[in-house]
Amino acid sequence: MKDAMPAVCIDRADFDSVIKALAGDGYNVVGPVLREGAIIYDEISGVSDLPEGWGDEQEAGTYRTVKRNDKALFGHNSGQQAWKKFLYPSRERLWSAQGDNAEFKIEPNAETPPKYAFVGVHACDLRAIEIQDIVFMNPETADPRYGKRREGAFIVAVNCAQSAKTCFCAAMGTGPRAESGFDLSLTEIIEANAHYFVATVGSARGETLMQKIKSRPATDADLQAAATRTENAQKQQVRSLDREGVKELLFSSYSDAHWDKIAERCLSCANCTMVCPTCFCSKTEDTTDLSGNHADRWRLWDSCFTVDFSYIHGGSIRKQVASRYRQWMTHKLASWIDQFGTSGCVGCGRCITWCPVGIDITEEAKVFREEKMDPRLRGDDEVVKGTKQ
Amino acid sequence: MSVTKSAHKTAHEAQCACHAAEAPDPLAPEPFRVVEVKQEIEGCNTLIVEPETDEAKKLCMYAPGQFHMIYAFGQGEVPISISGDPAHSNRLVFTIMGVGPVSDALTRLKEGDKVGLRGPFGNHWPVEKAAGRDVLLVAGGLGLAPLRPAIYSILAKRDLFSRVMLLYGTRKAESILFQDQLAEWNKHMEMNVSVTVDTADEHWGGHVGLVTELIKETNFSPSRTIAMICGPEVMMRFSAGALLERGMKANQVYVSMERNMKCAVGLCGRCQYGPYFMCKDGPIFSFDQVEHLYKVREV
Amino acid sequence: MSEKPKLAVWKFSSCDGCQLSLLDCEDELLAITGVITVANFVEASREVLPGPYDVSLVEGSVTTPHEKELIQEIRKESAILISIGACATAGGIQALKNFADVKDYVSAVYAHPEYIKTLATATAISEHVKVDYELRGCPINKEQLLEVVIALLQKRRPNIPLYSVCIECKRRGTSCVMVKGTPCMGPVTQAGCNALCPAHNRGCYGCFGPMEMPNGRSLGNWMIDKKMAEPKDLVRMFRTFNADAPAFKEAGNSYEK
Repeated sequence: MKDAMPAVCIDRADFDSVIKALAGDGYNVVGPVLREGAIIYDEISGVSDLPEGWGDEQEAGTYRTVKRNDKALFGHNSGQQAWKKFLYPSRERLWSAQGDNAEFKIEPNAETPPKYAFVGVHACDLRAIEIQDIVFMNPETADPRYGKRREGAFIVAVNCAQSAKTCFCAAMGTGPRAESGFDLSLTEIIEANAHYFVATVGSARGETLMQKIKSRPATDADLQAAATRTENAQKQQVRSLDREGVKELLFSSYSDAHWDKIAERCLSCANCTMVCPTCFCSKTEDTTDLSGNHADRWRLWDSCFTVDFSYIHGGSIRKQVASRYRQWMTHKLASWIDQFGTSGCVGCGRCITWCPVGIDITEEAKVFREEKMDPRLRGDDEVVKGTKQ
Repeated sequence: MSVTKSAHKTAHEAQCACHAAEAPDPLAPEPFRVVEVKQEIEGCNTLIVEPETDEAKKLCMYAPGQFHMIYAFGQGEVPISISGDPAHSNRLVFTIMGVGPVSDALTRLKEGDKVGLRGPFGNHWPVEKAAGRDVLLVAGGLGLAPLRPAIYSILAKRDLFSRVMLLYGTRKAESILFQDQLAEWNKHMEMNVSVTVDTADEHWGGHVGLVTELIKETNFSPSRTIAMICGPEVMMRFSAGALLERGMKANQVYVSMERNMKCAVGLCGRCQYGPYFMCKDGPIFSFDQVEHLYKVREV
Repeated sequence: MSEKPKLAVWKFSSCDGCQLSLLDCEDELLAITGVITVANFVEASREVLPGPYDVSLVEGSVTTPHEKELIQEIRKESAILISIGACATAGGIQALKNFADVKDYVSAVYAHPEYIKTLATATAISEHVKVDYELRGCPINKEQLLEVVIALLQKRRPNIPLYSVCIECKRRGTSCVMVKGTPCMGPVTQAGCNALCPAHNRGCYGCFGPMEMPNGRSLGNWMIDKKMAEPKDLVRMFRTFNADAPAFKEAGNSYEK
């Protein structure tokens, strides 16, 4: 937006009106809710649905919700779920067919996609949505299903005021502050006698919404308070991933013995890919009813960790777990750059937290880097090659 | 590469510029009718299909080496290379071996049955690049089928090329595809056809051994040849190796790869091969693009 | 189809739970009988039609000398043989006897052990005859059963996943119980139940047996490290309904020392 609306402040007491206004505009409003000891994303009808006063503690393979000593509405970090569950559902009918071998007709899935408003999108996840946009909305091969859902979505970003131990968005250059790509962005400020949000409008839609919301202009002190919050979040990050040359590093590590070491721990359970906000790989399933005259084609989330994923007649290409972990990590951090002009990792840390055995992509990346730095461990015969030619 | 064009588009642009509602669905097949079924060898049929609608007609324009996704009702979709003559723009020809439930279903289709098609997808054989040079076509088993459109194209403009040679290896004599055509091509000296089989019975009078042996025996000038190889990956690896040994450069040698594929438009992620998507960057690669990956297990 | 294919359901050593999944199909069952002749299904009807059968569903493990012979007969009479459930695919809970001396069990359980004729082991159907398809679970999932029957009728590939429970669990949006501190067999267990237990905030029990290439040792070692389980707990976790499935057997044995 060229003539950006100056930042405003919304009092905590008025925040419910943001959710209500979005619902009033016909949006299916989704945001963080506390359920079964985890913060997940689900429909919300008002501020009372938000996980007030709840935060989380995360480490590799560990997640616990914890009570905060304040009443923050957005005092949590990335949870297991990403927004892709709405934009790219885990199971979706692509189309149906009616008839038989001799004569059949393809019928598109006529379901109207819901119009979503996402409340509480962290900067890392905003970048993740942009990355999936590149995958699914490439003009020549755009998936209209994704496009329709994405086109309608209203995004309320929330700048993080804290980080989990598994966060590394700062290292990936995606956060903790959302710079663009939102309709409205918020920083939650909690002080001794005040609880409010510094709000920045990012689109015409956002501006229209804000006209319905009670607010006051933000002062320099408010802006400073907001900036301090995200700076603190950044300072709390204990993990990092050195992006410099990581593509070349991994492309030159295809035959590294360390993949086998990882495979000793890797369960090939696919959790990392399921929770990753950018992982987009899918399978299709063709089903028929008992009559045999009605067929459906479904698309489901799939993973490069399954044996079937690389199956061609005669057997799977990636039989070993080491090859599958290599495919995932090399795709995420290296080949993604060639394919989509960006890293596939946003530093949300989900793959670290939700790995049942705590495998940490940042630690594994370090191992490869240290091996290459150490001449005793370096294999000189391997050519750094792999980029598309 | 088409993807990179949009790589730097922001979410905001994507949001506003997208007219997805009217966009065609790259995952929805177009209707085609099977007009002819011919058994080539045991378990392998050639299907000739014709478009049922104007939209479907557009799918019949393709370049040699490209493929379609073919849907058998209720069974699923598989990628199949086109094996017909690109000059015929009103029909498509596919040579299909039943190797799984869907391809089995395709080989069960009869004249008059219907199929769904998407495509054509992928890049094509470097037929233009081969103009003015010797062309060496190396096929293994069913790999002759994806090469046939290139052969048609080359023979249609035979004068543009110097020597044209086909080296073809199969497991046994009964597995040789397009036998009549092979004889025809050879007879008119448009193309030197050499066929070898891995194992022969007493009826086989020809060469016995691997196709790589034919490469060693064939007379061609490495510096002015373009080679196109199609067959099982191990066969392509050894064939490319034999060609390099003869002095060809990796960028003169082309291979056609195969990977698991569900969408053919870069959305399912399954056909990745190193940095490449088989469906968009392939299936055909010059050997210098993939030589380093050929050395790695289970890429 | 000119003549309806004949389906037979056979019971070996088992609790009948898997067969009941077929009765559980209720609505679909009527439709199925419209296209299939049920030739033998004692849970539903006493009528038994003679073979040969197009499809045989076999429930239960081979635990007695009689069963050992019977399964050979059934195989001869069946074009397609599908073993259904943990007993038929891995020996079931009764395969726990494979880890002990069967004589001790028999004398502990029965008042008159002399009447009991039993083999030393309870084994999967596939250890005795060629099996065309296996449906896992304790009990099997009725949707999977329908899927296999429909797919066979229509000669298409049945959509039966071999990957982990976690994939189903994440698809349905359940937050991971394991990472929240509850021991869970999901990461080494084959999908098929739609991640039922985690959805009710419990760890997976491994009813569907080992997934493709499971890494039981890594999961077990992590649980020990994080004090979520002790080795003896892991022995029990791996030795339930699929104790004799090779991958679970190996993992369970490894924690016994």
